[in-house]
Amino acid sequence: MSAYDKVTAARSTKKLTSVDYINALFGESFIELHGDRCYGDDKAVVAGVGMLNNIPVTVIGLEKGRNTFERMERNFGAAHPEGYRKALRLMKQAEKFHRPILTFVDTSGAFCGIGAEERGQGHSIATNLMEMMALKTPILSVFIGEGGSGGAIALAVADEVWMMENAVYSVISPEGCASILWKDSSKAPDAAECLKLTAKDLFDLGVIERILREPTADDHKMFESLKLLICRTFEKNLAIPGDELARIRYNRFRKIGKQD
Amino acid sequence: MDLFTFIKPKNELENSDDTDTKKPYVPDEMWEKCPECGTLLLTTDIEENLRVCSKCNHHFRLNARQRVDMIADKDTFVEMDKDFESANIIDFPFYDEKLEKSKKQSNEKESVICGTCKLGGIETVIVSMNSEFMMGSMGTVTGDKITRAFEYATEQRLPIIVFTVSGGARMQEGILSLMQMAKTSGAVKMHSDAGLLYITVLTDPTTGGVTASFAMEGDIILAEPKALIAFAGPRVIEQTIRQKLPKDFQTAEFLKQKGFVDKVVDRRYLKETLKHLLKIHNYGED
Ligand SMILES: [Zn+2]
Repeated sequence: MSAYDKVTAARSTKKLTSVDYINALFGESFIELHGDRCYGDDKAVVAGVGMLNNIPVTVIGLEKGRNTFERMERNFGAAHPEGYRKALRLMKQAEKFHRPILTFVDTSGAFCGIGAEERGQGHSIATNLMEMMALKTPILSVFIGEGGSGGAIALAVADEVWMMENAVYSVISPEGCASILWKDSSKAPDAAECLKLTAKDLFDLGVIERILREPTADDHKMFESLKLLICRTFEKNLAIPGDELARIRYNRFRKIGKQD
Repeated sequence: MDLFTFIKPKNELENSDDTDTKKPYVPDEMWEKCPECGTLLLTTDIEENLRVCSKCNHHFRLNARQRVDMIADKDTFVEMDKDFESANIIDFPFYDEKLEKSKKQSNEKESVICGTCKLGGIETVIVSMNSEFMMGSMGTVTGDKITRAFEYATEQRLPIIVFTVSGGARMQEGILSLMQMAKTSGAVKMHSDAGLLYITVLTDPTTGGVTASFAMEGDIILAEPKALIAFAGPRVIEQTIRQKLPKDFQTAEFLKQKGFVDKVVDRRYLKETLKHLLKIHNYGED
């Protein structure tokens, strides 16, 4: 598969979304929690609490929607500031109860619009980056589809980042990159190659820790082993004192592009 | 201190139409046209007025060194990490050429300079981004220099002042540029948790990944008049929503009205304002 094939696969509407993963992993134990307590409830972000085996977990996902109606309602997974603020509210809550945080990332990017700018899209992402870095509770991010730039990293300042084999993570969309580089967005496949955005590329660059085989909807065995893997990671990180964990998390990012 | 008590700068040209006839011997290269009001201004007069148009108050863009010269006490700036240079890490097309060209054009090695200086006698760390180097885009070296400046400020218990100007994360370094958003934010957080003061000065234009990281993380966020400050630039938004944007959308004044900027400060009062803020936070002269 070429890099652009991966992009196409990551964007496929047939793909499992955050809600699918949450249902498969948490089942009946999941309780959705709503709202940022300031402005509203952004449906592009689905969040709540539930049990993963015997571990209470806060789970937050960027949700694209599973059919046309849902996709409209979820704004195709493009969150507004209130979505990122809802996520932060629940992450702070998780820290309070020393509950690990699991995030699912699947978005073309943070929404670009008048309301989003008026309500501080830049500020909401910046605040998440700063606060997540210092959270004294474990965070794990799993990229299940598209990882579009600032809108993706706003939920991915984690102890570990895992990617499905057909997920992508990029600073800019291949189309956007091609139109800047060659003034021709149809050269997106070439741009996708240059950007090094596949799970394999990111693993080689030391930006992610693990590449996962992608489950299908009824692949219970696969979900069971994914659950086990997540639980083991949480157990390991729950044993580390919060301050120490935050320091390790900072160093994880600190080493990327370190000059000395 | 405020625009309400605005004093006319001393060298204001009372009638721009006269300037050509009154000073006929000045060669062309010594004139600059204000992009906002079209007035022809003497370069020396602009310089003296901190590169603000004396007719309409338009703030001309400054490069990173001009910024530092404007803010730091004379001969007090000591640059850190000045030899750090970007490399084409992911082998991105045309990036080597682009870097070479930017270095020549700007006479700088990266899109940011960092260091320490005295501001009205008060010791501070200063970070100044440069629109002349790849439009102030943030690559790994930019991110690393800024991170190190914050770490140094934290260690030395110094305040930090950051002048932002940026087109966002640098696509030529792919995901590694994006990671700098998290890295710089982590360094800001540690500085903040140590109880130290961080002042941001947003200048024209500040957009993308810089807006969505350290630019919006200051304890106090100042901005220059009319500066464009955005997450997504106006062109991107117009393409996404296919409608015209309101007038003054994403200006410094607009962000202040929406609650994201503490104060819009005329450049000619900026040093005074910064010094005042440092003093209020108990940073004193040696
Ligand atoms: Zn003017």
